[in-house]
Amino acid sequence: MNILFDERLDGALPQADPQTTRERLRAALPGMTLLDREEDRRPFECDGLSAYRVMPMLVALPETVDQVVTLLKTCHELRVPVVTRGAGTGLSGGALPLEQGVLLVMSRFDRIVELDPEARIARVQPGVRNLAISEAAAPLGLYYAPDPSSQIACSIGGNVAENAGGVHCLKYGLTVHNVMAIEVITLEGEKMVLGSEALDAPGFDLLALFNGSEGMLGIITEVTVKLLPKPETAKVIMASFDDVEKAGQAVGAIIAAGIIPGGLEMMDQLAIQAAEDFIHAGYPTDAQAILLCELDGVEADVADDCQRVRAVLAEAGATDIRLARDEAERARFWAGRKNAFPAVGRLAPDYYCMDGTIPRRELPRVLKGIAALSKESGLRVANVFHAGDGNMHPLILFDANQPGELDLAESVGGRILELCVEVGGSITGEHGVGREKINQMCTQFKPDEITTFHAVKAAFDPEGLLNPGKNIPTLARCAEYGAMHVHNNQLPHPDLPRF
Amino acid sequence: MDDSQATGGTATDRDLAEALCARVAEADASGMPIHITGGGTKAFYGRPVEGEILDLTGHRGITHYDPVELVVSVRTGTPLRELEDVLADAGQQLAFEPPHFGPGATVGGMIATGLSGPRRPWTGAVRDFVLGIRVITHQGRHLRFGGEVMKNVAGYDLSRLMTGALGTLGVITEVSLKVLPKPAASHSLCLQLPLANAMAKLTKWGQQPMPLSAAGWHDGRLYLRLEGGTRSVAANRARLGGEDLDPAFWTALREHTLPFFDRADPRPLWRLSLPHHTPPLDLAADVLYDWAGAQRWLRSDLPASAIRETAARAGGHATCYTPGAAEPFSPLTPVLAKYHRQLKMRLDPKGIFNPGRMYAEF
Repeated sequence: MNILFDERLDGALPQADPQTTRERLRAALPGMTLLDREEDRRPFECDGLSAYRVMPMLVALPETVDQVVTLLKTCHELRVPVVTRGAGTGLSGGALPLEQGVLLVMSRFDRIVELDPEARIARVQPGVRNLAISEAAAPLGLYYAPDPSSQIACSIGGNVAENAGGVHCLKYGLTVHNVMAIEVITLEGEKMVLGSEALDAPGFDLLALFNGSEGMLGIITEVTVKLLPKPETAKVIMASFDDVEKAGQAVGAIIAAGIIPGGLEMMDQLAIQAAEDFIHAGYPTDAQAILLCELDGVEADVADDCQRVRAVLAEAGATDIRLARDEAERARFWAGRKNAFPAVGRLAPDYYCMDGTIPRRELPRVLKGIAALSKESGLRVANVFHAGDGNMHPLILFDANQPGELDLAESVGGRILELCVEVGGSITGEHGVGREKINQMCTQFKPDEITTFHAVKAAFDPEGLLNPGKNIPTLARCAEYGAMHVHNNQLPHPDLPRF
Repeated sequence: MDDSQATGGTATDRDLAEALCARVAEADASGMPIHITGGGTKAFYGRPVEGEILDLTGHRGITHYDPVELVVSVRTGTPLRELEDVLADAGQQLAFEPPHFGPGATVGGMIATGLSGPRRPWTGAVRDFVLGIRVITHQGRHLRFGGEVMKNVAGYDLSRLMTGALGTLGVITEVSLKVLPKPAASHSLCLQLPLANAMAKLTKWGQQPMPLSAAGWHDGRLYLRLEGGTRSVAANRARLGGEDLDPAFWTALREHTLPFFDRADPRPLWRLSLPHHTPPLDLAADVLYDWAGAQRWLRSDLPASAIRETAARAGGHATCYTPGAAEPFSPLTPVLAKYHRQLKMRLDPKGIFNPGRMYAEF
């Protein structure tokens, strides 16, 4: 399967002349770094979805908002597509460049503009790393809650564009719940602020709309995030199970007991083994599944909750229950989980990380389905799961040097996502659609819903110049992909050309 | 034991989606605007709408509730009280404490207005708990966005965009909401404290892990609610002292039944939404503080422009709650207004959904 931009399916792109574009941008923005030599553009040819690479026509590295405004106005006038990139850690190809497009790299916007402990906010430029915000706020006893596993490298602008999650979402929410305001430059070069430092703003909730919009509606030039007081204490309980299904039921039992853990993660046998070999976290390698349950908050409450969770886990059939004795052991337990991807990566030359969400009750059925797909394809699959909020990360192991294995891995991945949709879930919980899941969008949404998405896009970018081809598929692509919903035995849009 | 359950439904449950779709399609064809209504308890909020009534109160019932998944899906004509009772039976709640403003309040009105109660600064607003919606578009198509899962970033977030849009972008027929367990312990108290001291304390407490879930101030008294685990609530209760407060205070604050909100008061009622630590504003008004200072209720005869400008300078905005105001909501900047218009034009090209409810121009 090739997911690179295909004009037959994704629509015609304006044919920008590279030389004219370069000259016009140089003239309008003499002080801005504009890379056009092949060796300079090469590092930008992919993001975290590195199986797909496209050389951008030009790479722009502005340093000021005025430069972004001028760049967008110029590209709009010349009808040149613009793909925005932050730190380039995204796993769904949201920042995959276009041959006919300018790649707008926001990494030089790396300043924390303001940290206000009384207002409990941080106002930062979009290129600031996620973890850098919490590090800067730490002396004030505050932190920024969303913590994607890539938090050491990923930037906040990309977090907003993808509505990034992390291991603490169930209790503390996603990016959309933790962003107060963003400054946006529209395609036409207008500046607008969405949201505010108050808790709401008049008009439509455009702030929520822009969270997760994958650079399709405007360019984020500043982000104001909410800071939270650091919990007084955090404890981690690790429970082992001899059966994955029992572990899944234990998750429901904890929540049924009225407890909302700070983090609630599950790993299956293959993931446990890989993490243990890599990090030596102290995981039980004979377990079929482990749960990591973090309880945070005020000391006295956390002590009570630990007792209750231990009782619930025992009742649910855990074979071993361990409370991290100290901060060092807690950090080790988490290190195993946070390094699960690279750990699994050591088991095979390549791995493909999926990001489906499901209602938790469907976990046994979906795990069985994944096991069947693994057996059928001969590819091993390790499961890492944000169990508290139903977000699965199956990691499909393969070897790209073996002919056909990448295609096979992608096809297994696609079928896992379709399984997620079938049980009432979603094809992406926190990584975004990007280019990676563009075809599976046709499984999750009906043509009328996709048409509504296009209507929203057209309100901000009628010419389709911002990140074309990402996030929302064309109906032509859905027709070609063939997974369209068939209603009343009638294929929707019979008038569409099919290739 | 498996706790999951689809609700069996009650005798009043009805699915009118098909008929509602037909009505919307007719309206779109004829260009005749529709005025979407529920219990009418929040009719005062926003501008009046001229159009044929589309009554959603018959479209009701909880379609799915699984306490262990922390999700409930409910038709928007369902009485809010009915939903809250079902959640309470399972020890759960809508954490954002939506105001009812009358016995007939529906789930649809809660979503359309997007209004939240005293717990909002600590747990989030309505929109933060919306996981998915079903909506009738201008062509009369019944579509689904989002879903019943906690995390979902496929496509644009139309569920949250339409929450608080006052029915101007489509007819929301069903909503899936994240629900939370009720806290193990709750204690309300009141301290005699001048405003400056109260604000200073709230700012300090905001930077500490303290189990606060509501904070208001009026007339020399700071009202607090502690919620969380039994021991932390008890410890903070002992530390703060003060007088015990009937928790009904928070309901009265949320529902505007405190004496401050007396409808006989001739002065207009304003809601100011501000950064919580904004110092007292220089406005001739009686002020009641909620949301630890982030939401302030004003009784004032001052001209709208004066109130709005003062709120804007502080980084916030002002809404007039007294019916009849020409423009109840703060005006948008020209750029924002342009993209509001364009969004409205793309999603409702003939302007049939609640025209003028939010702003006169759409």
